[in-house]
Amino acid sequence: MTTLRNQALSDALARAEPAGSVGAWRLRVERLHAYFGRVHAVRGLSIAIAAHRITAIIGPSGCGKSTFLRCLNRMHEVVPGARVEGRVYLDGEDIYAPYVDPVTIRRRVGMVFQRPAPFPTMSIYDNVAAGLRLAGVRDRRRLDEAVERSLRQAALWDEVKDALGKPGTSLSGGQQQRLCIARALAVGPEVLLMDEPASALDPASTSKIEELARTLRETLTIVIVTHNMQQAARVSDNTAFMLAGELVEYGPTPQIFTRPGDHRTEDYVTGRFG
Amino acid sequence: MITPARTARRRLVTDRVMTALFLAAIVVAVAPLVSVLGYIVAQGVSGITWAFFTRLPAPVGEGGGGMANALVGTLTLIALASCVGVPVGILGGLFLAEIGGGALGWWIRFTADVLNGVPSIVVGVFVYALVVVPMKRFSALAGGIALGIMMIPLVMRTTEEMVRLVPAALREASLALGIPWWVTTLRVTLRAATAGVITGVMLAVARIGGETAPLLFTAFNTQYWQAGWDQPIASLTVQLYNYAIAPYDDWHRQAWAAALVLMAIVLVLNVAARAAGRPRSLGG
Repeated sequence: MTTLRNQALSDALARAEPAGSVGAWRLRVERLHAYFGRVHAVRGLSIAIAAHRITAIIGPSGCGKSTFLRCLNRMHEVVPGARVEGRVYLDGEDIYAPYVDPVTIRRRVGMVFQRPAPFPTMSIYDNVAAGLRLAGVRDRRRLDEAVERSLRQAALWDEVKDALGKPGTSLSGGQQQRLCIARALAVGPEVLLMDEPASALDPASTSKIEELARTLRETLTIVIVTHNMQQAARVSDNTAFMLAGELVEYGPTPQIFTRPGDHRTEDYVTGRFG
Repeated sequence: MITPARTARRRLVTDRVMTALFLAAIVVAVAPLVSVLGYIVAQGVSGITWAFFTRLPAPVGEGGGGMANALVGTLTLIALASCVGVPVGILGGLFLAEIGGGALGWWIRFTADVLNGVPSIVVGVFVYALVVVPMKRFSALAGGIALGIMMIPLVMRTTEEMVRLVPAALREASLALGIPWWVTTLRVTLRAATAGVITGVMLAVARIGGETAPLLFTAFNTQYWQAGWDQPIASLTVQLYNYAIAPYDDWHRQAWAAALVLMAIVLVLNVAARAAGRPRSLGG
């Protein structure tokens, strides 16, 4: 019953276009189910993600928000026993169609993880260039350009421009996370998925990452999973609230945080549970 | 006093007895090793001469001569064996760590463990039937294949263990960049495990370097320099065996020297393996 209601709700929201000004949806998800073996982690979720907006997914631990995010660039299926049903359209194209190579999807939909994981055997430069290099780009000038552009976009260039040969792991935690963002940006994605990108960082680094997300919005569509409601309220344009694998409510961020339509959303954002 | 005196004394005695037992066990374990090492060094040092490393074996009764051909032969056999054992072992290990979760993986793992426990002479017989009989001659190639087969399970299981230690986050980070699975496996996962894999390869080389049985009827032996890949080749171990069972004092001395050199090679490889296994901050 709730699933039906979610569907009705998200269909209504899709018509209402929560972001308002932009008419384009970058991602459209229809009745998405995700499983880990027998665990049914995402239960029939439908949502549309606006282009050049930041969409926050909030919800208590274990509600399936990270799993949902990983379904958007076909990273869910790399876990043994994982399975996906439903449709995800990227610019109108079904990314789960049988002829689609997940590799091409992941180049268009980048991802940043909770814990920064720079490649330990590589320098800062090599880390950023990795995506292009391992895809076969050999042209040194093109690599140089991509590395500088990505590091600038990730607001890390000024801090590392004289130390590009140093190991990526020699940077601080916050710098490592920005390095990982630069690494993801270097391959030129249209969408960036961020899975609690600041939860392992100190407040100063967190605010840098948030600021960065706001600037990246100009060129990218961002979906950010967070358990930090202040963060969702600060950075996002639209917010989706998930509970037990289902979408409870989705709308413009101010509305979700000030006039939620569902009492469970209200309970969650006011800190009564979760 | 918190503990009654009697209990305290009993504990103290138990503690002393147990400590003494542990020490005794260590002595029993280490004593043979030390005495073997000491005896080989004592007996072998006199045979270590310049000629030993540079000259061919001398005919019986002539005296002098060396084992240069056997030393080169052992190194050649190790190189040949590595050509077989390292690629198969590493790719097999990657398969086990990355894909081989199911029944097939279980069987491969089981087979590798059994192969690891197969007496080396059996591997020799197998290669004799497979390579020597059809070729109608003993050859360096057959010796290399026999030793290579012995390397496979060792390299495969170490690679698997080392690749499993690579954090999943690294693999996912690479996949999420749109890097294909096989490139991720070879250039990110294996790269992160390189130090451990090198250690495994070196330990496997140290292990096969000291093998005699699989060479007896594959590589055979020769008193001369190696004549070709399809010709018999000398090795320190087989030469040592032949010299040790011969009735000449001069040959015995050289056999001891060969034992010492062999031990030194294994020791160097083990130390090098340890050094390679140490975590590095940046590898090139």
